Amino acid sequence: MDWQAFALTLKLASITTAILLCLAVPLAAWLALGRSRWRAVAEAVTGLPLVLPPTVLGFYLLVLLGPLTGFGRAIASMLGHPLAFSFGGLVVGSVIYSFPFAVQPIAAGFSSVDRSLIDAARMLGAGRIRLLGTILIPLAGRSLLTAAILSFLHTMGEFGVVLMLGGDIPGATRTLSLVLFNQVEAFDYASANRTALLLVIFCGVLLTVVYARPKSLMAGERHG
Amino acid sequence: MVEVDLKVRHGNFHFEIACKFAAPWTVVFGPSGAGKSTLLRLIAGLEQPDAGRISIHGQYILDSEIGLKAPPGRSMIGLVAQQPALFPHMPVTANVAYGLAGRADMGRHTKQRRIAAMLQLAGASHLADRWPKALSGGEAQRVALARALAPMPRLLLLDEPLSALDASARDQILSNLKDWLKDEKIQTILVTHDAADALATEAEVALIAEGKLTALGPASDVLAAERERLLARLQSGQAAPGKARAKIKSRVRPAPFQG
Repeated sequence: MDWQAFALTLKLASITTAILLCLAVPLAAWLALGRSRWRAVAEAVTGLPLVLPPTVLGFYLLVLLGPLTGFGRAIASMLGHPLAFSFGGLVVGSVIYSFPFAVQPIAAGFSSVDRSLIDAARMLGAGRIRLLGTILIPLAGRSLLTAAILSFLHTMGEFGVVLMLGGDIPGATRTLSLVLFNQVEAFDYASANRTALLLVIFCGVLLTVVYARPKSLMAGERHG
Repeated sequence: MVEVDLKVRHGNFHFEIACKFAAPWTVVFGPSGAGKSTLLRLIAGLEQPDAGRISIHGQYILDSEIGLKAPPGRSMIGLVAQQPALFPHMPVTANVAYGLAGRADMGRHTKQRRIAAMLQLAGASHLADRWPKALSGGEAQRVALARALAPMPRLLLLDEPLSALDASARDQILSNLKDWLKDEKIQTILVTHDAADALATEAEVALIAEGKLTALGPASDVLAAERERLLARLQSGQAAPGKARAKIKSRVRPAPFQG
């Protein structure tokens, strides 16, 4: 068992999930409450990673973050190394790739909060941040948990983006799904089976948490 | 003094009202679907008109011509909507305290005293420790009223605020409330479809039908035809039945516009 790859995969998924939640909560609030005409465009762009082959995303990110573009060169000169073929590059790729899995459950959760509660809070002087902190997040807490687990698992299982953008470097960008791919390529089915089983069990347990609906996080659904 | 000049189009529904609400207590009266709630939501800033202006005590909070739009909550307007909309994840006291959170000028004890006073005014003191899901419809409406009053708005908008209470409990709370609002000089606009509410108070009455203001003036003028009979009914403790309300609509002749 390649425990180094397992640890790397967990680290990648944790960092990606943390970044995603920070980005997704404000965006989801805007999508759920805003009235801007740009919402449809934002929703479409947010959903793109769901339908695009990961290789398309990986390819464009590779070009964007590599030395071919001004953006890639600027980042390289800032960090001292290019973002492509590094762990940092994987994080960027994973954040984009798993974006819809974070935004969509939270936006759905926020939209399901009773509009009259939001109106009442606004009339009592709540600005956007207070509305988010005191009404939306407490009442849609479960959707945040769902978003966190789905983004985490989706990042754990990603393959195309990791391969294109990471380059399969042990200890830096070799995740569990790449290990599995290499094992199958080498006809080492026994090891491949162990790696695959680990992923299946790990993801299965976490998904069970999503569907088990822990009570403490169901305040919104219970009351609303 | 509240001045509005508002135009809204929702499909076939044309809402167009321009008037001044100068009395301390104005009752907006009209059948369901006349646009009463729309008027309150527009003044509250929860809905935007296609064109229009709103000023409260001489200060503009909305002017579509110059793109002025104060966010709701900034203009110190209190709203008690038809739905109590209590925050389900907070106990009653936290609900009432919600509008006081940003008040740096008030200490903790001042806030607690204010909350207790508002609950008492709304007849909800005994509900302070409860959670919203344990309240009946009428109890929730009392708490919603206390919550809207706590920040001491300069304009109070009431949208059939105590509809789930029986007439005698409602009249008692409204009469206490009226005295208090008068003392605090908080102007109030109350929306109702019930003629009894319009007549129970010596208020100015605005009559709305199909999105237009058809009359504005003292209750005795606007609802003169039915006044005596309904007053008699009220005094005998009977709520005005639906039939009487229907008659009012047909009999009342709109008073001249007194804006």
